[in-house]
Formats: sequence, C-alpha cells, structure tokens
Amino acid sequence: MSSMRNSNRSLTYAQALYEATRQEMERDSGVFVFGLGVDDPKGMYGTTLDLHKLFGADRNFDTPLSEDAMTGVAIGAALAGMRPIHVHQRMDFLLLCLNQLINIAAKSSYMFNGAVSVPIVVRGIIGRSWGQGAQHSQALHSYFMHVPGIKVVAPATPHDAKGCLIAAIRDNNPVVFMEHRMLYGNAGIVPEEPFATPLGHARTLTAGDDVTIVAISHMVVEALRAKHLLEEVGIAAEVIDPVTLAPLDMDTIAASVERTGRILAVDNSWTMCGTSAEILAQLTERLQGKRQFRAARMGYAPVPCPTTKPLENLFYPNAKTIAQRAYSLVKGNGASWDPAVSEATEISEFKGPF
Amino acid sequence: MTNFTDTAQLESIYRSLYRIRRVEEKIIEVYPSDAIKSPVHLSIGQESVAVGVCSVLKPDDIAFGTYRGHALYLAKGGDLKRMIAELYGKRDGSAGGKAGSMHLIDIGVGVMGTSAIVATTVPQAVGYAFALKSRKSKSIVVSFFGEGAMDEGVSYESLNFAALRKLPILFICENNHYAIYSHVRDRMPEPNPCERAGVFKIPAQKIEHGDTFKIRAASEKAVDKIRAGGGPRFIECMTYRWRDHVGPEEDRRWKYRSDAELDEWIKRDEVARIGGMLGSDARRAIEREVDAEIAEAFAFAEKSSFPGPAELGTNVFHA
Repeated sequence: MSSMRNSNRSLTYAQALYEATRQEMERDSGVFVFGLGVDDPKGMYGTTLDLHKLFGADRNFDTPLSEDAMTGVAIGAALAGMRPIHVHQRMDFLLLCLNQLINIAAKSSYMFNGAVSVPIVVRGIIGRSWGQGAQHSQALHSYFMHVPGIKVVAPATPHDAKGCLIAAIRDNNPVVFMEHRMLYGNAGIVPEEPFATPLGHARTLTAGDDVTIVAISHMVVEALRAKHLLEEVGIAAEVIDPVTLAPLDMDTIAASVERTGRILAVDNSWTMCGTSAEILAQLTERLQGKRQFRAARMGYAPVPCPTTKPLENLFYPNAKTIAQRAYSLVKGNGASWDPAVSEATEISEFKGPF
Repeated sequence: MTNFTDTAQLESIYRSLYRIRRVEEKIIEVYPSDAIKSPVHLSIGQESVAVGVCSVLKPDDIAFGTYRGHALYLAKGGDLKRMIAELYGKRDGSAGGKAGSMHLIDIGVGVMGTSAIVATTVPQAVGYAFALKSRKSKSIVVSFFGEGAMDEGVSYESLNFAALRKLPILFICENNHYAIYSHVRDRMPEPNPCERAGVFKIPAQKIEHGDTFKIRAASEKAVDKIRAGGGPRFIECMTYRWRDHVGPEEDRRWKYRSDAELDEWIKRDEVARIGGMLGSDARRAIEREVDAEIAEAFAFAEKSSFPGPAELGTNVFHA
C-alpha cells in the first residue's frame, strides 16, 4: 500500500468489498473467508480473489455444497473466537442456512445470557440482469429483520460497502450482509485506510421538501435517478438510504416524513410483510395524531421473478416508475406523467452470464 | 479394579453416575410442585454414555450436546447450582433463567450451549474443531447427538467436512432407539450409524449395552488418535431412556415400547452395577456427599431471585 494516501481514490463496489476483507484479514488473524467458489480463479467477482495466496488456504477456502452445515461451522468457529465470513454467490442459498442462522446464531447471545457471542458475517449477493430468474434474484433481508439478534446491512455505495463490511466483521453479532450484483461495477470515492461505518445509521443522500423516498440496495441508485427526473417537474425528493436494515434508523426516516408529509418506500424485494411495510407501520405509529402523511410502497411485482427480458423489466421498479409514483403522491393520485428515461446503464450494459 | 489408581477411577466414575441419577430423581420429585417450569428431557438410563466419554476428556476439551443434556453437562463438570437455578428460571441460572433445561451452558468447563433442534449442534462442533485445528490447539471437540440426528441431512454434511479436513473431533451417537416414540427401525432401512460414518472414512465403533467401561475404553483410544492428528472418530453407544421423552413420568402406559424391552435395560442399570463394585463404606461416603451437594443446589435455586423486568431486553445483541 502506498504511504501517500489519495483522498479522492475511486473504487468499484466489488473492489471496496475486496479491500475491506483484505485489510481486516491483515488486522485480525481470526478473520477467514469461506464459501462455494471463493478461492476459484474468478474469486467471487474479485471480492475474494487470491486471498488464499496472501493469507493461506485455511483463510480463504472453497467448501462442499453444504450450506446448512457450513453455516453451523461458521457459528462453531465464531464460538471458538474466530470471525468467519461465509459467502453465498446468490442470496437465495441463504434459505438453506435458516435453521442455523435463526435458531442458533440469532439466539445464542440471548439464550445463553451473554456467555457466548457469534460474530459471523454472511454475505449474500442478489442476482439481477439478465435472466437470473426465480431462484437467483431474491432479496431475503426481511426474513432476517423479523428475528431479534441478527443484524442486516445492505450497502448501496462503494464507500458503504467497505465501511459496513469492516463494521460487520468487527461486530460481535451475526450480520447478514446483502450485496447486489448490479452495484458491483459502480465506482465511487473510498478511503484507502480501514474504516468502520457505524451500523444503524441511515444516510440522507439528497435534501428535498416534497417527498421522502426511502430506497434499499440497488433501488437507491434508481431512486437517485428518479430524483433527477422529478427535478424536471419541480418536485424535490429527499432520498434516504437506510444502509442498515436491522437495526433500522427510523428516527432519520420519521424526521424527514414529518417535514415532507409524503413517503415512498421502495424495496429491492416484495412488499408483502417486507421492509417497506415495516417502515410504513412504524411511521404510522410515530406520526399519527401529529402529522398527516401520504404513503406508497414499491417493490418486486408479486410474482416469482421471470427470466424473459420484457417481463423482467416489469418485475422491478426503476427510475421511471419510482418517479411516476412519487409524482402522483405529490400531485394527487389521479396525476400522471411520462418522463423520458433510458434503462440504467448497469442493466443495459450487462453482458452476463452471471 | 485392585490398585489404587483404578479404585480412584472407579469411585470417580460412580460418583459421576450416581450424581446425575440423583439430580434427575430430585427433579422428578420436585416437578409436580411446578417450581421447574421448563420441559425436562431426562437422561436416566443413559448416564453411562456421558460419564464414560467425559472421564477421558480434559477440562479444556469442548463438548457440544443436545436438549437431553443434563448428563453431559454434569459429567463434563458443569456447575450444579447454576443448572438447578436455570431449571427454576432464576437469575443465578447458567443462562440467567432465559434458557431452561434444554439450553444448558458452562463454557468454563467446555460445555457449549445445547440445542432443542435435533442435530443443530453437530456442525457447530465441527466448526469449533476447525478453529482448534487452525490455531494448532491440543484440545479436541466431542459432539454428542442421538441416533435421531442421523436422520438429519446436516449430520452427513458435518461428517463429510470433518473427515475432509481431518478435524480433531469425536462424534458420539447416543443410540437410545427412540425419537420420541418412533423406533429407529421405523426410520432407517438399516439402523447402521457406524457404517454411515464409515462411508466418510471415519473409523467407527459400536458399544453395546451402555457399558460404561467399554465406552470409556473406546473413547480413550479414539481421543488419543484424535489428539495425535488422526482426524475424526465415531462411536455409537447403545443405550436406553427409562422415562418419557419429555417430562418426569414413566411412560409404560403409552405402549409404544414393550415392558420387557424396558425392563431388560433397567436390569442392566450401570449405576447399580458400578456401585456394587465399590465397598459399601466407600459407596455410602460418595452417596452422602453427593446427596448433600444436591440438597444444597436445590436450596440455592429456591433462594435465588427471578430476573427483573429489565432483564427481558438484555443480551439480545452482544456488546
């Protein structure tokens, strides 16, 4: 590493994840990475590339196809004082880990009254574009948010990808770390030195008085594009990225909605019993009798994800549909508007296969 | 059992067996009072497995077990007062009253938290063994589970990884024949846990009749091999639960097993058999001491206070 720190250095989201992991492995010999394919020549899109060459085969290794037991292995190693990072190339595979994560990892600190801690990081990458289909595109954060004792983080920027991953590794609790394939190529300024972004704090990305848009994971990028479209019609949107979903920073969200009187919660998943529902429920509890507000939610269409492009395009919210929904919230439900917008470049330029 | 060392070992083994038996008999006695508001899965009849295995372990060896965990907890050296206080739901319990009988823990003596979900601690034991090996520790891990765990897929994933990585772990399959009321022959085309372990090239051995000394001897040999870097070993210990799956009752009235089968195992009682090997004075001295310790533990639990309302929310997350 250069001794001259470049304060404006730019990294992609994937590079930021790699740098966070490598720096934490340098700092703490108890940190290790494992999961299907982490030490293969592709190195999990570069995020774990060749870490075994730097730190040894016991600290970055491939596993049998045994997600259930390997999650238990992570917990057992954590009980012994290590800090495992268990990587899943698609978040859908976390469904095979639920028993260990929910029955053991989330409960051990409480059930054993603080006698043990389970400092594990479970990285799950949401797949998208193109043709990932029903089993390679799911975002399961709300499953984990439901259960006390587990933290859930979903960084949207390279800066947060690095800072939150470092914070997750150093945290003494199980952390589900949700990444998005469409964010991997996005670049942004990331400090070279290791830094931990405190978990549990939302980021207000743009200031605006007309409508609050809370967006999650890749939807943050789409919401920021929507914000620019809305400017064309004189609507100022305040875009908030919760960054951490559990614990959820409702103070920041509620303060914004109290001011704007309008909330659009855009999830990178389904709306039913999801994060957007939780946000609206908590806003209602906090603001009823104090501030009237209008509310709407957006998320995946209520169907399994189709692979064919014309249907897949309808499955996800995008900058245009987000802007339109925000417009009707502000102008009244009857109001419609058809902004000219092209598909997001990370989606249109994706060449596959995975 | 003639020389001093053997007599001392014999007394130590009897003390451990008798202590577990009497603790559970005291639980049965107290249970109708409803002072213990926790489902109990008694080890009566199965004491010899935990006692035989733990008699060859060192204090810093690690044990993972199941919700039928009283015997393991006590045999490995778990604090009796804190265990009883935990069953009573009291603040001084091993988990501050938040866990009960199914989730005992005493990490100071290497008893990791037990689980009520069959087979869930098996991969954790493997993970702990991975950490020990990575850190070149001399300690080993023992994973206790019932034959019911051999119905669960995660057990095979765990055996596979332990063998693949040659981890320092001893798998102890406590085969008590029944998963609640379901006999092993109704769950496996062939009840052959050892052969199943053998598929992963894990040396496996079956011990019949719950024989404490044979369990101890097999464990000693296995533990030596594991400590020498030989990778995992597997021992299936045939045993039998005398009481109901859960709760303090006898369960003959449910007729899911024959009286003759149960009576044959009761006739083989290891507590009585090994007690009979001691001189009557020595035996009585042990029993007096243990009875006094148990009385003290239950009195301690009675006197301990319940957790206060503020403790509902503590330790959800670890600082």
